[in-house]
Amino acid sequence: MAIDQATVRKIASLARIAISDAEAAAMEGELNGILGWVEQLGEVDVTGVEPMTAVIPNNLRLRDDVIDADPLTGGNRRDDILANAPAPQHGFFGVPKVIE
Amino acid sequence: MTDLTNLTVAQIRDGHRAGDFSAVEVAEAFSANVAAAKALNAFIVETPEHALAAAKQADADRSAGSLKPLSGVPIGMKDLFATNGVQTTAASHMLEGFVPRYESTVSQKLWDAGAGMLGKLNLDQFAMGSSNETSYFGNVISPWKRNDGGNAALAPGGSSGGSSSAIAARLCPAATGTDTGGSIRQPAAFVGISGIKPTYGRCSRWGIVAFASSLDQAGPMARDVRDCAIMLENMAGFDPKDATSLNMAVPNWEAALSSDLKGKKVGIPKEYRLEGIDPEIDAMWDAGIAMLKDAGAEVVEISLPHTKYALPTYYIIAPAEASSNLARYDGVRYGLRDLPEKAGLQDMYAATRADGFGPEVKRRIMIGTYVLSAGFYDAYYTQAQKVRTLIARDFEQAFGVCDVILAPTAPSAAFGLGEKTADPLSMYLNDVFAVPASLAGLPAMSVPAALNREGLPLGLQIIGKAFDEQGVLNAGLAIEQRAGFTARAEKWW
Repeated sequence: MAIDQATVRKIASLARIAISDAEAAAMEGELNGILGWVEQLGEVDVTGVEPMTAVIPNNLRLRDDVIDADPLTGGNRRDDILANAPAPQHGFFGVPKVIE
Repeated sequence: MTDLTNLTVAQIRDGHRAGDFSAVEVAEAFSANVAAAKALNAFIVETPEHALAAAKQADADRSAGSLKPLSGVPIGMKDLFATNGVQTTAASHMLEGFVPRYESTVSQKLWDAGAGMLGKLNLDQFAMGSSNETSYFGNVISPWKRNDGGNAALAPGGSSGGSSSAIAARLCPAATGTDTGGSIRQPAAFVGISGIKPTYGRCSRWGIVAFASSLDQAGPMARDVRDCAIMLENMAGFDPKDATSLNMAVPNWEAALSSDLKGKKVGIPKEYRLEGIDPEIDAMWDAGIAMLKDAGAEVVEISLPHTKYALPTYYIIAPAEASSNLARYDGVRYGLRDLPEKAGLQDMYAATRADGFGPEVKRRIMIGTYVLSAGFYDAYYTQAQKVRTLIARDFEQAFGVCDVILAPTAPSAAFGLGEKTADPLSMYLNDVFAVPASLAGLPAMSVPAALNREGLPLGLQIIGKAFDEQGVLNAGLAIEQRAGFTARAEKWW
């Protein structure tokens, strides 16, 4: 099924990517080319086939219920976490005002 | 004195151990090559001080009798691995200036093993590409040239194109790569070096910038099979911080290397004989079959019936996972922020992501968003996951009658920069032979096998059973010993 420019703009909005009309026009052709090509998967008979969820059989583990067992992923690293934030304020992530 | 930058990882390790040279001499020699090779654009950041510090430690450890497995060996680190205190960008504008406060598990293991870092290697942006033309920091150039007298700049392959170019040009003896749909094997083939993607889960993904998490797998690239084994031993291992990490012991792959393939069966997948492919690729493949027979293996024809669906499956699953993984780049927690005048939060997200992602990354996020969106999820994503099950099943059945599979790595030799950028689909087709093993999570490696009529390297690919990296390395070694590939790019940079 082909997508039109309105759909391209809708996808871009869902993906939170600003696009111009010219970009939407260019992307319409590119995305249709790719989507038209992947549609050949529809011809595969998948009756009774389970979708793959794990490529190598593996069980999800539970970690021990210990606080800060691994210092890399435990707590008390606020400054490290904020070190690359574009606009940290008072020990928090800064964002534009959302409530007037 | 021999040029230290011509030595392999094993030769550096052993020569350093024997006292033939100091680790500092090695680090300085490679750092000098790195500094002199700006024309290749293989590095985004150079870190000679890191390599030198590790080398001094290696020399001290030698005096103290406490050498480590990679003492004295400087390596290149793909700029997809988070390195503490050293900029990590995934070759994107989004992460330009991002300096991690932690170290990825794989890089930490390498430093713990005594290796030093020469720098962070360029790549396709967020590892999305097959020619290293999507990097925000510019194209990586292959050291190879065609023998037609022309001067066309060639692609080093991708996404690990900085790694491949740097090794082929003797800027580092080995490097890390990551492989989501061929990003270790295809660039290795393009520049005449070796590279192995281990079984999914062998190497921890913790601290690697995520692209498609069910496919992403780190692995080494180096000049020969032994060096790949040495590197992989020092990259692999269980990591509780990665939910899909394999809780298995790391074998001593180097010690068990053997090119005697008596009793082994090599499968030749008939679906990989593509119509219209360059006859030189098929000729190289036939030569590889003869080499493995000569090594004692029995050759059997096998069928992987869903091969033609692997690429379209990949181009649904990988973008779907990418669209989810890359949602984290929001201009709030790290990376770029683009806040237009009077913009609200939603506008900031959209502006940041429009500015921070390159065209190929946007294209994949858009495809992924679409195939996961309400109304299309089952038709695209669920269908692709079912076909992925069938592709993995093809391999399972094939491995009922063979031990390893031999195929070409890529359908062509390196192409020129700019030759395939106009059409995303023609670029995607470059990974036609590499993607199936990725979808099935299997170990696979590329080894250099021949030069084509243009004087460019071609690679052979060996695909193995899950967890059987040894079988893959051994078959690779058998080819390496018989192919006698010694060609290298003539220095022009």
